[in-house]
Amino acid sequence: MTVQTSTWATKKGLAQMLKGGVIMDVVTPDHAKIAEDAGAVAVMALERVPADIRAAGGVARMSDPEMILGIMDAVSIPVMAKARIGHFVEAQILEALGVDYIDESEVLTPADETNHIDKHGFKVPFVCGCRDLGEALRRINEGAAMIRTKGEAGTGNVVEAVRQLRNVLSEIRRLEGMRDDELFVAAKELQAPYDLVRDVAEHGRLPVVNFVAGGISTPADAALVMQLGSEGVFVGSGIFKSEDPARMANAIVQATTHFDDPKILAEVSKGLGAPMRGLALEQIPDAERLATRGW
Amino acid sequence: MSTARAGAPRIGVLAVQGDFAEHLATLRSIGVAATEVRLPSDLDGIDGLILPGGESTAIRRLIDRWGLREPILELARSGAPLYGTCAGLIVMARDIVDGDATVLPLLDVAVRRNAFGRQLDSFETELLVPVLGDQPVHAVFIRAPIIERTGPGVDVLATLDDGRIVAVRERNVIATSFHPELAGETRFHRLLATMAAEHADPAEGAGRRRHPTRRTGSAGGAGSTAS
Repeated sequence: MTVQTSTWATKKGLAQMLKGGVIMDVVTPDHAKIAEDAGAVAVMALERVPADIRAAGGVARMSDPEMILGIMDAVSIPVMAKARIGHFVEAQILEALGVDYIDESEVLTPADETNHIDKHGFKVPFVCGCRDLGEALRRINEGAAMIRTKGEAGTGNVVEAVRQLRNVLSEIRRLEGMRDDELFVAAKELQAPYDLVRDVAEHGRLPVVNFVAGGISTPADAALVMQLGSEGVFVGSGIFKSEDPARMANAIVQATTHFDDPKILAEVSKGLGAPMRGLALEQIPDAERLATRGW
Repeated sequence: MSTARAGAPRIGVLAVQGDFAEHLATLRSIGVAATEVRLPSDLDGIDGLILPGGESTAIRRLIDRWGLREPILELARSGAPLYGTCAGLIVMARDIVDGDATVLPLLDVAVRRNAFGRQLDSFETELLVPVLGDQPVHAVFIRAPIIERTGPGVDVLATLDDGRIVAVRERNVIATSFHPELAGETRFHRLLATMAAEHADPAEGAGRRRHPTRRTGSAGGAGSTAS
């Protein structure tokens, strides 16, 4: 019996197990426990939630390994952690720690202005952000086993998440309607490999699981992106910047499962306390927008 | 008889979280009617149920929150077949090693979560499952559980080379540590569909089909058919 580890099927497969679920940003083992108890399918271990990273400014880096290990000890669900775009040594360190997934994330300050990490070279699977289909396919070509739209992290404003998800899905629908000979030009325009473009056109979906991130802060937000066609949600600041994190976390989990049932959505949205205070996108200068990081 | 057409079973897939879409696609690929189950009312008219892979901690909470526990146990008591993969196995195990409370005590086994380690230890392999024939199953294990104890009524369907148990059946309940639905493997789903058809129409495959023109329920009906 030959046994193969870290194959494409196992990398992509873990993301398939997370579908229909909520992945929550946590900064301490206590937060991680709250997330797990609320029904999170995985946690993202990081030093500060995006809203605090945005407020603090400066350079945001990979978290302290000790903190990540503390969170891995605290919960039985998968633990993800973030590396800077292009910072393959941070990724090597995270792999050595044994995290279950690495997020090559625009929420941290990019380490390379041209190149992303060559993710094929790693045993641990990667999730990467995108704003459109071309960016998603470039990341998959580099080895990403899961995709999330970026939204605009730390704003509590779902508008970018909606824009980007609609963008990706409508570009997929456009490819589906194309003749074979039109796909060559589509690949050129998307700046994406032809084989992946063709695969998307054939199957009507990305070849990996696609979640939404960046701006989800209520159960209704989660249900909105699920109804639009997301396969699950990342919630960053939306939980631990709300008035009652445990209740908000639980409500977002319920809303992600029953996204298509307005009666249940009404029930789970009751009496949650104040969600995180949001930011209008116009208040954020272009230079401080996180979604524009990554290429 | 819950189905409109005898012998054409309808199989539900628990769709609260996890890879339920892959199970639905696998069932449909072999021509079996499949439907998502999120609430107890979704179980009406179902002849079998799949509990998919996912995160068992999340799935157990969603089962409890929406009152699915008792209706699923009732479905199992009626004899309808159930099949669980990975998290589905954990959710149906009578004992979960190291802590978690039992969710649906349907399989007399003790199961250990994340028994191989973390994601870096996830693997795929060719596995012999004698009950499915000589062609091995391509088995994908993702942060998979292991069955550490089996009760007297439990049949072991597959083990790894080192003897660890990864597939079992007890009466109408089947469970695997691995994910046939990720590998285009349809034989477990075909087996479930066969069991569901037999449950929906006991004459199916039992050699005692009613005469096509005889009305059911009349004197000398199905019950008295000579065998």
